[in-house]
Amino acid sequence: MNALNWSRGLTEMTLAFHILFATVGVGIPIFISIAEWIGIRKKDPHYSLMARRWTRGFVITVAVGVVTGTCIGLQLSLLWPEFMRFAGNVISLPLFLETFAFFFEAIFLGIYLYTWNRFSNPYLHWLLTLPIVIGSSASALFITMVNGFMNTPQGFTIENGKLTSLDPLAAMLNPATPSKVAHVLSSAYLTAAFLLGMIAAFSMLRGRNNDYYKKSIRLNMMTGLLLAAATIWIGDASAKFLAENQPEKLAAAEWHFETSSHASLVIGGQLNPVTNEITGAIKIPWALSVLATNHPNGTVVGLNDFPEDQWPPLYVHYLFDAMVGIGFYLLAVPVIFLIMTRMKRRNAYNRWMLWAIFAGGPFSLLAIELGWFYAEVGRQPWILRGYMRVSDAVTTNPHVGITFWLFAALYLLLGIVCLLVLSRLFRNKPAEYELEERRIIL
Amino acid sequence: MQLEQIGITVLWIFLYGYLIVASIDFGAGFYAYYGKVIGIENVIGPVISRYLSPVWEVTNVFLVFFFVGIVGFFPETAYYYGTALLLPGSVALILLAVRGSFYAFANYGAKKSNLYLLAYGSTGLLIPAALSTVFTISEGGFLSVSGNTVTLLMEELFFSTYSWAVVLLAVSSVLFISSAFLTYYADHAEDKRALEWLRYFALWGGIPTIISSLFVFIALRNHNPEHFQNTLKVWWMFGLSFGSYVTSIWLIWRRKNYGTAFVMVMLQFAFAFFGYGISHLPYLLYPYLTLSSSVTNATMGRALIVSFVAGLVLLVPALVLLLRLFLFSAKYVKGETS
Repeated sequence: MNALNWSRGLTEMTLAFHILFATVGVGIPIFISIAEWIGIRKKDPHYSLMARRWTRGFVITVAVGVVTGTCIGLQLSLLWPEFMRFAGNVISLPLFLETFAFFFEAIFLGIYLYTWNRFSNPYLHWLLTLPIVIGSSASALFITMVNGFMNTPQGFTIENGKLTSLDPLAAMLNPATPSKVAHVLSSAYLTAAFLLGMIAAFSMLRGRNNDYYKKSIRLNMMTGLLLAAATIWIGDASAKFLAENQPEKLAAAEWHFETSSHASLVIGGQLNPVTNEITGAIKIPWALSVLATNHPNGTVVGLNDFPEDQWPPLYVHYLFDAMVGIGFYLLAVPVIFLIMTRMKRRNAYNRWMLWAIFAGGPFSLLAIELGWFYAEVGRQPWILRGYMRVSDAVTTNPHVGITFWLFAALYLLLGIVCLLVLSRLFRNKPAEYELEERRIIL
Repeated sequence: MQLEQIGITVLWIFLYGYLIVASIDFGAGFYAYYGKVIGIENVIGPVISRYLSPVWEVTNVFLVFFFVGIVGFFPETAYYYGTALLLPGSVALILLAVRGSFYAFANYGAKKSNLYLLAYGSTGLLIPAALSTVFTISEGGFLSVSGNTVTLLMEELFFSTYSWAVVLLAVSSVLFISSAFLTYYADHAEDKRALEWLRYFALWGGIPTIISSLFVFIALRNHNPEHFQNTLKVWWMFGLSFGSYVTSIWLIWRRKNYGTAFVMVMLQFAFAFFGYGISHLPYLLYPYLTLSSSVTNATMGRALIVSFVAGLVLLVPALVLLLRLFLFSAKYVKGETS
């Protein structure tokens, strides 16, 4: 393997590992905030305990998110120096702002963790969750702007190889930013809802049935319903954005070769790599045109309009389909759950339902991975669409192979220890035990 | 001031901030482990963990801020340093990652273990050593640039006296800064036994910093005479640095004003760090990169400065709140609140 492939591999590995923790880091604070607020408002110590327990797990994932975020931040310069030299001139503003947002979050997280009993008015402690929510979401906002810029660069012109008429704000507010930021945020919140639901469902599956767990599941499924609907709606908007601004990315995901109206949506199937013929797929007539333009007779640009050396790898089709499939699963689970809670004679907390909620945790994380792989692989061969290819941005240092293995060992170690610590944290101290310890009897 | 001068001043101030807070953090990790080895962990352990717990994440942000800032203000550095530092940079990153996450595992997780403490203590000394190689490389002579390839000459770096002098200075500074701070913190917490131990570390810890900085000067004279001549032009800054050092030791020796003593230590490093920085200019990487050859365009530079000022307006009150709640709150420092 050459430096290019090693660098690709290392960046993919770092991002794939980091994004799990980053997503948890963006998503969980909002639930901690909601739970603490309900706890104070309704004087229900169950919810207050939820906030405490979630926070305890949260800081551990945040720590791993912080250190792996530092890794990717520096790796951008170490592995893609040509890109950062360019990006430094055009898109460094949101990168810079991201550190501020994170700084802000880190300070208040430190305060939040060590001031549970320090204020006589409990709302003061709750107020501390707001800068954490704002800081973590703003980090996601700024960093996603950079990613949006890589997909639809603007805010500069190149004259005779020199950068002119720079506009950092236009670079930040590039066409990809709105749909991308919205999708990243809503899917992060959705993932958090299902991860927290997963933990409660797991406890109930193991025979615990304290009200604490039921309240947790109810809160997570109610928010999960809203968030899943929002995520799918925003995902639909993202498809329309792609159709207009980055048609080759959508076309690659849909195996759509000839530009046409009344285009059909291809689900699954197999592609003949020579003839580009699709076999064994489900085709929904007109659906791609509707997805891309809101109209059955809308024209959708196909891959054949682009030179073949600018096509993204076509396996992204499967990533896209799987991500969308999981999205609908995450919508169906809370819908069924809430219908069952309305029907008096049904037990909404039956084993099947609990298993479905439990599975939502790993599925939502999988969808995050699939979505990011689609977003990044779908931009290939570009690191900066239309301006710089990945192969032109890579380092000339020949030692990337060694660093790849060093980081692989690091992520393996962190992943294993983090899981062990998290499981021990909750196993040694189940909620019932803590409820008793805190003399919460309802 | 020119754009590039504002930029480098801001970044240098942040790097100085990192130097202080990270040294406290790194050294505290080492002392926590060392305390365990010589059997006094119950004495100094609580003081150290009470300080570290709320602030470790903030420390890390200072570093991120610096490297994001330098790529923003001086994009050319991304190319040169980025290409050359792949290996040492990755090693430093891995150590930082191990340190940060294992701290959280040990501190917020269910069980303390010796392995966590060892990871935390040893990385406290290895990271400064790894990071300090960036300063060494910036003096020139360790890179070969041909065409569009920048190569780090690892062997030269390893067998260079200058490089080892810098490593020695970095490690000894970490131990001195943190022991001086923890002495103050222990005194503030009215923890007599911890104070005695930490005061002892601080009294002896200062001497190696002075000796190793002399080594650095001597080695710099051989390695980069031009830079050495420039340091002589700001000799008074190094003089003030030494004066601050003597004052701090005198105060700690007399067992009074530990707070002032720590401020003196901060001044000792401020004068030396800025004296070094000023004499290093105009080079960011000798002799390839100067301030003016690597600075970003004026539009981006202005945008960065505006956002920096706006960011400070947000951050400074937050930092003050953090310090008031944990550093200057007598109740918290003594461990009386949860």
